[in-house]
Amino acid sequence: MLEIRNLHASAAEREILRGIDLTVNAGEVHAIMGPNGSGKSTLAHVLSGREPYEVTALLEMAPEERARAGIFLAFQYPVEIPGVSTTYFLKAALNATRKHRGLEELDAMDFLALLKEKTALVEMDQGLLNRPINEGFSGGEKKRNEIFQMAVLDPKLAILDETDSGLDIDALRIVAHGVDQLRNKDRATILITHYQRLLNYIIPDYVHVLFDGRIVTSGGKELAHELEQRGYSWIEERLQAGSVS
Amino acid sequence: MTELEEARERYCADFERFKQKAARNGGGWTYPLRKTAISRFAEVGFPTTRDEEWKYTSVAPIVKVRFRRADPRPNGVVPRALAQTGAGELAKNRLVFVNGHYSERLSSVGSLPGGVKVESLAAALVNDPAAVEPYLARHASYQDHAFVALNTAFMEDGAFVHVPKGCVIDEPIHLLFVSTSNGEATVSYPRNLIVIDSDSQVKIVESYVEVGGRGYLTNGVTEVIAGENSVIDHCKLERENETAFHVATLQARLGRSSNFVSHSITLGGALIRNDVNVMLDGEGGDCTLNGLYLGTGERHIDNHTRIDHMKPHCVSRELYKGILDGKVKAVFNGKIVVGKDARKTDAKQTNRNLLLSEEATIDTKPQLEIFNNDVKCSHASTIGRLDENALFYLRSRGLGLETARALLTYAFASEVVNQIKIAPVRAGLDDLLTARLQKICQA
Ligand SMILES: Nc1ncnc2c1ncn2[C@@H]1O[C@H](COP(=O)(O)OP(=O)(O)O)[C@@H](O)[C@H]1O
Ligand SMILES: [Mg+2]
Repeated sequence: MLEIRNLHASAAEREILRGIDLTVNAGEVHAIMGPNGSGKSTLAHVLSGREPYEVTALLEMAPEERARAGIFLAFQYPVEIPGVSTTYFLKAALNATRKHRGLEELDAMDFLALLKEKTALVEMDQGLLNRPINEGFSGGEKKRNEIFQMAVLDPKLAILDETDSGLDIDALRIVAHGVDQLRNKDRATILITHYQRLLNYIIPDYVHVLFDGRIVTSGGKELAHELEQRGYSWIEERLQAGSVS
Repeated sequence: MTELEEARERYCADFERFKQKAARNGGGWTYPLRKTAISRFAEVGFPTTRDEEWKYTSVAPIVKVRFRRADPRPNGVVPRALAQTGAGELAKNRLVFVNGHYSERLSSVGSLPGGVKVESLAAALVNDPAAVEPYLARHASYQDHAFVALNTAFMEDGAFVHVPKGCVIDEPIHLLFVSTSNGEATVSYPRNLIVIDSDSQVKIVESYVEVGGRGYLTNGVTEVIAGENSVIDHCKLERENETAFHVATLQARLGRSSNFVSHSITLGGALIRNDVNVMLDGEGGDCTLNGLYLGTGERHIDNHTRIDHMKPHCVSRELYKGILDGKVKAVFNGKIVVGKDARKTDAKQTNRNLLLSEEATIDTKPQLEIFNNDVKCSHASTIGRLDENALFYLRSRGLGLETARALLTYAFASEVVNQIKIAPVRAGLDDLLTARLQKICQA
């Protein structure tokens, strides 16, 4: 599904990602954890084709081409877009993707039915769909809107950038439930998170720790617990001691 | 002799030829007015960029063309050509003017409440001077605006709308100005007079389209006199081609507790200058001036607005938005004058501009002159580009770059479009904008 070798990315003359190797197969859930500023969002963005990073080791593809090929990014900070309703834009997005896959455009009825089903999945108020994208939404509503869009677009590779951050426990449970429901054998998922708590709801197959632009250690779900208990400084100490390669 | 002086003499000489015609046509009583106006023009001549009000707009491209006054050509437009512009179908009540002259054949007015007049000004000048004379040219000042002076001197036709007291007209009244051409550069002087008596309500749409006209000049003036407690919705749609010159003044005087909404939409033209002036002349008046200008190529679009708060407790809201592509030069100048008696004035002005190219420019200037302390006035102006984060967000969902750009640009415009209350106008404009923006964003 996704295989990256020695990925580097820099912006403003600064190297942010400094050689990342990552292989994610269909059906797997990979958690990527790391302290603030370690490069988690940058990794998510370059995988989605964001400019203007200087990137090596990735195919040159525009963001929309990646999206149509099946990459979905749930933004850490979803953008507010005045004047464009979620319904309108999502219909255009879905049909662009369907066209790319050689499918017919959905008619209005089928599209509405799809919206109804997927809003239920994340317990989202359907009224929000006719409002401008994310404008005036609460933090929780914005994150739900991301997972809702993911459900509608049905990606092959879902990248969730701190979808859990800033959520109260109820919203977290709803969002995590939505993501877990969308887990299937064809879909690969990268869960970027700063906290271990999301992983109580979604059990990852692998956990990677990103530190200063590199994946410094990988393991199973128990690695997340260890991180939670010992903090990121534990990684730092191990790095300094030279025990992590 | 400079080009400007030569042009001034040319127009004055033309007036000597025109005045016999004006007298012959029966509106002879207007002669003193016309004479005063042309004398004023003879004194001031065309403005230059040394003129504060014309600082960023040179009228040289207009001045150097030898326009001929447009003749009435009632058969010059076939209804089919008109229908293709889509403009004909906006409203049941429509007065159509071809090159500034009323066309009875193309016009149609449904049944209106008794006492309401919706007719050609040329006819009213002759048949109904008592209804026209108290208002005509009493509000749009020809003293300090050369083009208003020329319009006042040369006006021949336009719409006369009079709504008597306590009369509500739901159906919009569409004044449609169509320009054709027989290869010559012509000038027309549309003149509209809209008098709404107290407690009445009306919606007026003024649109300018071309059916094959090229290189012509429209020099228009519309006067609106709003009585006490009246409600007026005015919408101007300018959608001529990239060779047209268009200079127009909308002058409104608002009585006590009246409500005036103006939308000025500029989608075409080579050189456009719109003046919208509102005099809040009674306590508790409320006015909204909105505008949207979309420019491509090498167009020059100048919007000047002026709101005079003369009396207490008046509210004014102003939102002008511009979308500028190519090498367009745009100007926004918004003046708000708060008189010494206008306590509790509440005025808010906003001008936002979206630049789609490196070469498009905008000169935007708010001008507040406040002679009372007990007021709330604010203004803001911005110049920006499409938000990169929003673009990436849309693209990351699968929308193509062009589609995403068009969608965000449309969203920028929709803040103005959505405020238009006349549904068919809003819908028609929506379609036009969507098509235009798709084209612009593909380039
Ligand atoms: N476009 C950019 N230009 C300059 N610096 C950037 C850019 N994007 C990210 N950075 C920097 O790269 C580092 C990693 O950022 P980010 O990927 O957002 O970290 P994380 O998501 O792990 O908190 C930070 O120091 C950030 O300031
Ligand atoms: Mg981040």
